[in-house]
Amino acid sequence: MSGHELVRDLGEVGLGDRATVGGKAASLGELSRAGIRVPAGYVVTVEAFERALRALDPGGAIRREIERLPASDLAAVAEATERVRARIAGAPLPQDVREQIVARYRGLGSPGAGEGGAAVAVRSSATGEDGAETSFAGLQDTYLWVRGADAVTDQVRRCWASLYNAEAVGYRRRLKLSEPDLAMAVVVQRMVEPRCAGVMFTCSPVTGDRSVIAVEACWGLGSALVSGDVTPDSFTVSKVTGEIVRREVAVKLRLHRAGPGGGGVAAADVPGPLQEAACLSDAELAALARLGGRVEDHYGAPQDIEWAITDGASPEESVVLLQSRPETVWARRRAEPLAAPKARPVDHVFEQLGRVNVIAPRLNPER
Amino acid sequence: MDPAGSFPLPSQIEDVPGAENWRSMYPYFTRFQPEDDNRFWFYNAMHFPEPMPAFDVITAEIPYQAIGANTARLFVFPTTLGIEHRIVNGRIYITAIPVTDPAEIERRLAIFQERAGYYYGNWDRLYEGWKTRMADLIQQIEAVRVPELPEFDDAAAVFETTGVAQNHYVRENYHRCLDLFSKMWNHHTEFLMLGYGAYVVFFEFCKQAFPEISDQTVARMVAGIDVVMYRPDDELRRLARLAVDSGVDDLFTEGCSPDAVLQAMSERGEAGKRWLEGFEEARDPWFHVSTGDGFYHHHRSWNDNLTVPFAALPRYVRLVREGEALDRPTEALRQQRERIVAEYRRLLPSEDERAAFDQMLGLARVVFPYVEDHKFYCEHWFTTRFFGKIREFGGLLARWGVLEEAEDVFQLHHTEVDQALADVSLAWSAGGTPLGAAHFRPIIAERKRMLEAMKAWSPPPAIGPVPEALNDPAVRMLWGITAETLATWAATADGDARSEIHGYAASSGVVEGVARVLHSVNDIGQIRDGEILVCPVTAPSWAPVFGKIKAAVSDIGGTMSHAAIVAREYGMPAVVGTGHATKRISTGQRIRVDGDRGTVTILG
Repeated sequence: MSGHELVRDLGEVGLGDRATVGGKAASLGELSRAGIRVPAGYVVTVEAFERALRALDPGGAIRREIERLPASDLAAVAEATERVRARIAGAPLPQDVREQIVARYRGLGSPGAGEGGAAVAVRSSATGEDGAETSFAGLQDTYLWVRGADAVTDQVRRCWASLYNAEAVGYRRRLKLSEPDLAMAVVVQRMVEPRCAGVMFTCSPVTGDRSVIAVEACWGLGSALVSGDVTPDSFTVSKVTGEIVRREVAVKLRLHRAGPGGGGVAAADVPGPLQEAACLSDAELAALARLGGRVEDHYGAPQDIEWAITDGASPEESVVLLQSRPETVWARRRAEPLAAPKARPVDHVFEQLGRVNVIAPRLNPER
Repeated sequence: MDPAGSFPLPSQIEDVPGAENWRSMYPYFTRFQPEDDNRFWFYNAMHFPEPMPAFDVITAEIPYQAIGANTARLFVFPTTLGIEHRIVNGRIYITAIPVTDPAEIERRLAIFQERAGYYYGNWDRLYEGWKTRMADLIQQIEAVRVPELPEFDDAAAVFETTGVAQNHYVRENYHRCLDLFSKMWNHHTEFLMLGYGAYVVFFEFCKQAFPEISDQTVARMVAGIDVVMYRPDDELRRLARLAVDSGVDDLFTEGCSPDAVLQAMSERGEAGKRWLEGFEEARDPWFHVSTGDGFYHHHRSWNDNLTVPFAALPRYVRLVREGEALDRPTEALRQQRERIVAEYRRLLPSEDERAAFDQMLGLARVVFPYVEDHKFYCEHWFTTRFFGKIREFGGLLARWGVLEEAEDVFQLHHTEVDQALADVSLAWSAGGTPLGAAHFRPIIAERKRMLEAMKAWSPPPAIGPVPEALNDPAVRMLWGITAETLATWAATADGDARSEIHGYAASSGVVEGVARVLHSVNDIGQIRDGEILVCPVTAPSWAPVFGKIKAAVSDIGGTMSHAAIVAREYGMPAVVGTGHATKRISTGQRIRVDGDRGTVTILG
């Protein structure tokens, strides 16, 4: 039933809808329903993508061509994918698809949103195997500060086209994934205008320590951090005691924000006094850590979360979740148990004190 | 030896100008030998933050015998013998002698398991016995009589036919002080090394399971709630309440003098009498707490110097008047501790690890009351009484003209004091004149000058080549010396010019404020509300003034130090063990204390 809807409210979807709304939308919907603050929005479903693709290519030639590409022939992949992307991005949308996307977009518009309508973020949300989805998550497109119905529909088509990025296709061909099983949904969310934003891991990305949350933050949009335009502030917070166990405030020279007229993203210099200031207060860090804890508890596994801070009434109400996906690096490294119970507690002492602690190899005083 | 590098060698350290003769102050066996260049030594800044007066080296000579005997000979720790110490420019450097031969370790381990197993297995019962023995030792040191050397000896020596004159008791009772001090230190280490051993096991497991856990959080899971070291402060709060209840609280004003208050109190009739009774009850034993760590003669007790407790009382009195509950919320603290334990336990990935965690935590909690409480009995109560007795012997020497004043006795090594006492005893017995004044006074004057000169020296934190192994549990636990520490020392050796000072993050939070640098506890009255305390060593007895300050910074101390615990209890940032904050920071400067990172920044 719901599999035939062209657009759905984010608040209506959950993890069970991955096949029809993609991983990103399913996760955002799931957390939104769990009471986590997620910017309001909707998802253009896989059904809309399929309908547009059928209108453009009724015989399914595109998928067949992609599936036949040899992974090793980079030039062929580049040539074919560029052609396919141009076709998808350039083709007009089927009437019903366009109407529904625009109607929902208008629904997002709030009073005072301006001439062009509300500013939104348009983000791709691919379906497919968990592993595959995770691994080319970074290759999918996100468009920020999009305004107006035409701009939104344009960016939806570009998100669809990004399913055929050369890198993504190359990856799928190496794994010999089935093309017809892959489709692209698109999330359209009201744009938040963050004072600062960033990422957090609900375990230490360096040591895998699950008792801490690691946070990186920059001024403005998180894209400055993700793209490597700025060295972020970096914090480690204990989940158990709430203490900030590490705090490194970087000199942050650049930030990303809305382009002129509130459309697109532009890079700019961080105003002098803010460059060396921490972009998160202790209270905001605490609110972030609580958010990370809730998301991790909800999924039962460490998470990699994108977040933003807006100007809310309280730190708790200022924090917005933009994306959450399972942490993959440490999840795969299942270490040997560190210790097992012994006949008597003192046996631990005998073992430890009977061992030579060689420290020299770890030490380099001339460094 | 590790080829990676070396700190400065002992033989490369030059004498401090103006103190070239420092070697004459200390025994020959404390001098660096040429072959010591091949070994790793670190400055024991925690216990000996200042140049050592000649007498005070007894607080190294005796404890290092006790520690070594305990680990090497008594309990036969498998991978460590004892700790050796050397003195250069008045500073004490130490090194542990490791056992690295696997066969030797195996042989020692078998004996260790039997002996340590007996103590671990009967810990609570044996610790009760220890308390009795320690109470007995304290009573004995308090009972030592310093002879008067009157013109005619006590008639009892004749009529009760003891036949022994006072000259003998000068010798015997002085030696008795030294012997009791030595025995106290043997009992001090009796449980301590085993206690550290059990704690290290839990500590290292936590560090492996949660690599980013802070030292203080591990300590918090084990720490007791009703700790003896909190008692002196608790007693002050009780006295503040008693003052308010009795209506004599008006006497406690900021900057009040202890003598004046006590005098006024005695003129306040029944109410004053009631408070004075409560005061007398509290001060014995709880005011036997030292204003330092008990390693220097000038670390006096609250009883010797009432300035410290009386600096804290006005604030407590004010808080009582304002209706604040001054009792520590022990039940809440206990619940918080158990919640933290449960959280970490839950985060462990397997049932096996949770079971091992329970065992290690359980054992650490068995031994920890000793680790936390022994200091009060040993370093505080016993040691302040011990130095008091030596001071009395100094008084005897001063009365006989050998010394200018009693306090000068601490400028002599304990064997030199023996000589001086023999000199006086000879003079008294024969009716002659002691010769010590001409001999010792110039020596004492020179030593005082040299100590002053050596104060300005910044000792390198470590000397000699980087060691192969660090096996001694005390070295790791107490001094916090790990591979990381050594790397930091090496990295910061040449970076002292910057405005950032590094230490241990002892209590979290970040604040900025005006620094108040205090070199002695006697200056404690200078602290203004809201200042940041910067001091050489944060001893437990400073705790009461923590209510006034915004943050604490110390040259010496680890995250396990009592001051760190108190700072956390007051919820104020603290950075300890900075090495030289008191030299780098001046009173009035604005500083930022970052108790999360362990840094202090001088803002200007």
